[in-house]
Amino acid sequence: MTARVTVEDVERVAELANVELTADETKAMLHDLNAILDYVATLNELDTSGVVPLAQVSELEGAGGESSLRQDAVVPSLDRKAVMPEAPESDQVFFKVPKVIER
Amino acid sequence: MPSEVTTTETYVEKPKTLAELRAGITSGKLKAADLAASYFERIERVNQRLNVYLSLTKERALEQATKVDAAAAKGDQLGPLAGIPVGIKDVLVVRGGTATAGSKILKGYHPPYDATAVKRLEDAGAVLLGKLNCDEFAMGSSNENSAYGPVRNPVDTSRVPGGSSGGSAAAVAANMAVATLGTDTGGSIRQPASFCGVVGVLPTYGRVSRYGLIAFASSLDRIGPFATNVRDAATVLGVIAGHDPCDATSSPTPVADYAAESDRPVEGLRIGVPAEYFGEGLDPEVRERIEGGIASLKAAGCVVKPVSLPHTKYAIPTYYLVATAEASANLARFDGVRYGYRSPASDTLGAMYSHSRDEGFGAEVKRRILLGTYALSAGYYDAYYLKALKVRRLLAGDFLRVFANVDAIVTPTSPIPAFKLGEKTGDPLAMYLADIYTVTASLAGICGVTVPCGATEAGLPVGMQVLAAHLKEGTAFRVARAVERAQGQG
Repeated sequence: MTARVTVEDVERVAELANVELTADETKAMLHDLNAILDYVATLNELDTSGVVPLAQVSELEGAGGESSLRQDAVVPSLDRKAVMPEAPESDQVFFKVPKVIER
Repeated sequence: MPSEVTTTETYVEKPKTLAELRAGITSGKLKAADLAASYFERIERVNQRLNVYLSLTKERALEQATKVDAAAAKGDQLGPLAGIPVGIKDVLVVRGGTATAGSKILKGYHPPYDATAVKRLEDAGAVLLGKLNCDEFAMGSSNENSAYGPVRNPVDTSRVPGGSSGGSAAAVAANMAVATLGTDTGGSIRQPASFCGVVGVLPTYGRVSRYGLIAFASSLDRIGPFATNVRDAATVLGVIAGHDPCDATSSPTPVADYAAESDRPVEGLRIGVPAEYFGEGLDPEVRERIEGGIASLKAAGCVVKPVSLPHTKYAIPTYYLVATAEASANLARFDGVRYGYRSPASDTLGAMYSHSRDEGFGAEVKRRILLGTYALSAGYYDAYYLKALKVRRLLAGDFLRVFANVDAIVTPTSPIPAFKLGEKTGDPLAMYLADIYTVTASLAGICGVTVPCGATEAGLPVGMQVLAAHLKEGTAFRVARAVERAQGQG
């Protein structure tokens, strides 16, 4: 498959990723994405039918499974008093954000 | 382009060894507080030029140093890193310090907790000097993607230190720390260590807890040490390695005595030399230095044999699909809500997200987020991300097969020595292709060490990468130490 990325694709993906690009950024991104995806197409030379995807290499180390899961018990987490001052805007209990929808 | 310089400006200075410093501190002849002060003085003198440290943790350092000196005076047993000045890459959280990840989006953020690796260093007595510059969110191979300016290579300040852990490598090369922590996702410890002429360690995936590491690609990220010599790097790894319940992928396998392992002779060890790492694109001077290193291993009694890792050429496209897909998920949390930069005057939540991220992230980070999002999006997931995960299994399979017949694999760490600042920034793909020797081990999860192996005619350091099977760091250290001895460095 030689998919050619279009401006619409870049804009759609930018929307999915919640990154608003300027017109210049969109142009540069279009060029870069096409170059990279062209190169990435070499993977199609390989026959991978029947190959199981390897998402986590831990399975190759003989570890994992039941032993790596902890007990499902509540343990202390971060202290709210230490966390909230880092928020751009808060009432020290909740994070405050602009309204969700435009009316 | 930087103007021609007729003389090479260099800031290289070798730190003393851990053994020497610790002996001084234990005996009381050397005060940890004085040692820390001398490092802050050096940083004051050279940081302006090299841009290695983004922030310093002076109070915490002096408090720790004072504690160490008091314990030494009482004759208490001291930790393995007692009084040793260390630097921490700014993608690892240090409570109350900065954690910019080299990005504007985390400017002014002060973490409320310590990373496990950082806590273990301090528990062993280490003195934390400050946070080190790096490529933004660990994405880059030259430290030119930092929102806080590039780091200069101490060997030749017109050149890059490598990346993304450029600050961590340069700090050791310029004696601005005795050891540092960096991170490696596609080569970000090994390549800068090689460019700066120091030792860098890629621990097995899961060997060191990722708790407190600002995530780039969760199935690839590793934390590891830089030091001026192999034994010290092995000692630091021994301190930070080990199971951590706070990291679900943390290995339960016990930690070996890496420093002792590194002392063992290498006679009889089988060394594999993969043809795929010695082909087109390898700088001839780098090839010569590495071949010299291999010859010295033979002279030390190793059995050297040619091996093949046939899927090597597919590693870069695989890496840039897997890593970017994972990054697009991990960086979704930077949205202006709970921490970091929030774009002012956004009238809706959606606008706040988009503006904060567009203004806070640099170009390379955006490029990778978009590429990753594309590779995971409906209609493209199977062709890109899933395909890459299948090729990843084939790449890992190459290593498993070869390690059934050899104890270690040696390669150049980088096909080229340190390039000039600005030389590769215009072509992202060219920058990616320089990672060819490091991304393979990243995808397979295996471990390795890069050790200095001579220099080019122009004096640029060359590094040899020693790879070993999962959880066999001891073997990698052993072979790296032999190379170091042959270079007259240990």
